Amino acid sequence: MSAIHVTGLTKRYGDLVAVDGVDLDVAEGEFVGVVGPNGAGKTTLLEMVEGLRQPDAGVVEVLGEPAWPRNPRLQPRIGVQLQASSFFERLTAREQIRTFASLYGVGRATADGWLERVGLTDKAESRVEDLSGGQAQRLSIACALVHDPELVFLDEPTAALDPQARRNLWDLLSSINDRGRTVVLTTHYMDEAEALCDRVAVMDNGRILRFDTPAALVRGLDAPARIRVAPGVLSLAQAAAIPGVTETREDGDGVVLVTRDPAGVVGALAASDQLDGVAVQTATLEDVFLSLTGREYRA
Amino acid sequence: MSRWQQSPFWALSVAILRGFLRDKAAVFFAVVFPLMFLVLFGGILGNQDQSKVELVQVGAVPLVDDLPKDARTAFQQTFEVEHADDRDAALAKVRKGDADVAIEQRGGQLVAHYTQTDQVKAAITQGTLRAFVDGANVAATGQPPAYSFTAEAVEDDSLSVIQFVTPGLLGWAVAMSAAFGSAATLQGWRQSKLLRRLQLAPVGTGTIVGARVAVTLLIAFGQLAIFLGLGAAAFGLTLTGSWWMSIPLIAVGTLCFMAIGLLAGALAKTTEGAVNLANFLVLPMAFLSGSFFSLDGAPAWLQRLSDLLPLKHLNSGMLDVMVRGEGPAAALAPLGILAGFAVVVTLLAARLFRWETT
Repeated sequence: MSAIHVTGLTKRYGDLVAVDGVDLDVAEGEFVGVVGPNGAGKTTLLEMVEGLRQPDAGVVEVLGEPAWPRNPRLQPRIGVQLQASSFFERLTAREQIRTFASLYGVGRATADGWLERVGLTDKAESRVEDLSGGQAQRLSIACALVHDPELVFLDEPTAALDPQARRNLWDLLSSINDRGRTVVLTTHYMDEAEALCDRVAVMDNGRILRFDTPAALVRGLDAPARIRVAPGVLSLAQAAAIPGVTETREDGDGVVLVTRDPAGVVGALAASDQLDGVAVQTATLEDVFLSLTGREYRA
Repeated sequence: MSRWQQSPFWALSVAILRGFLRDKAAVFFAVVFPLMFLVLFGGILGNQDQSKVELVQVGAVPLVDDLPKDARTAFQQTFEVEHADDRDAALAKVRKGDADVAIEQRGGQLVAHYTQTDQVKAAITQGTLRAFVDGANVAATGQPPAYSFTAEAVEDDSLSVIQFVTPGLLGWAVAMSAAFGSAATLQGWRQSKLLRRLQLAPVGTGTIVGARVAVTLLIAFGQLAIFLGLGAAAFGLTLTGSWWMSIPLIAVGTLCFMAIGLLAGALAKTTEGAVNLANFLVLPMAFLSGSFFSLDGAPAWLQRLSDLLPLKHLNSGMLDVMVRGEGPAAALAPLGILAGFAVVVTLLAARLFRWETT
């Protein structure tokens, strides 16, 4: 059984087609990222999968159940983090998570345990209004996970987090995924998608342009690698003479060799003992993202 | 901890109640602000006697000086007497407003110099002085008076202003906090997407609405207890027989004004807008429904207009059962009207309701 099975999913707002005939299958236990520029349709897609919005066309099945109309059998099995401020006003962090726990019939001890897992035990008595952006974000994620859902949706969970909190949250999400839970997250950080996700869906203009593992996406881009060598190790002419080098450039930090055969070029450099300060830069998910969605600014 | 205390209904109710109790502005407007009016109307204005007329007596005025003892006491209940010898100075005093009237006696004629600035006092002064002169004339004949006059108030002597202001102010307080509470909750929760978040939890809409209603009812009964307690303890409020019918009246009134708040919340796009709209609906209604002053002196068309307002029926129902001594049946018609309003406005709000602002 797949965790998410979507076919021909479409949603229009007036003339705007927010989601345009999307097909998507996510296996149980998979960690999936959805990336795309603002306005690409990520949120609308997820809201239909979560059962919050009625699709204009198409089918959504989540954990083997139809997602629309609002399905009471499904709700205890999924966890959704919408945004940092979806809290009851003027409650403390502890009261907040205990309230959410009660909605799912989960006890206080479990709720308090989650507070600890996201590092908010010190802030348990602080009102949500007094939490920092990152603390509120962590609390909101804890509230989404408190009932131990089989399928978790996270909307930009690491926005507003500092690098420490971000890495800790990565560990937390990985551990949930390791315990067999399916995780779907949206993000603007390509390193995050690359580090966490089994598969990444690149979305733009309401369509899923690619859906594959990060490595396959990078390979598919077929971008040349750039190899940098420390200054004075070899001349531009020597560099250009190495087989497989298609382009050379020199700047203050050394010589850059552009090639589609980084292994061969590094081998040649090693053979002539010219590896000083060598650094190989291959294409990243960010290059894939930009090449698929372009560079112009979005909403 | 019992199962009941772990239920979603209980958890939501506690969360909403805590949110209210920690919102200083909400508590102020629901409890302290109406109580300030109660203290103002019931405590200060209610105990205030008509202030005495300040009278300056120029020289000897035998008509006043020679009054018999009981007549003199009556005279001093109306007038604060001050003696002066300088007539011009006394008149200047009246002109400046430091005294209300100056009197002098020219032979058999009592002359009063007064100003029309305070017309009520001017009328009291003229009427009272004329009565004393008439009394002196009758006494001078040596005959017993052929007619006498006695004034009796219709109300019980103990019935003070507090009796009339408490039900109206309570009605206003309940209406205000019910309408603001539901308007602000609906809009605030929609803005913060908490409404969406709750939609994703295995909790029915009925549980969410039920928890909000339960907390608002609890607040309304808290207001009732505080108003009656303070009114009775500090200002001598005495309730009549079927005052307990005010409990169902308050309950149905709360539902009715929650519906109005819901309508405001459904119409407005921001929390501030929702609260302002609720205020715009409730405050003029309070004035037109006799919450602050009686509408008995208002033009007939205004009184007919006020019949269209739910708060008018809540106020008059509570007046009837709490202080006018009417039986429980007097509350039935207002209960029905309020329930009708509640149903119609709720249906209207439900039609206009959207889960999100966009």
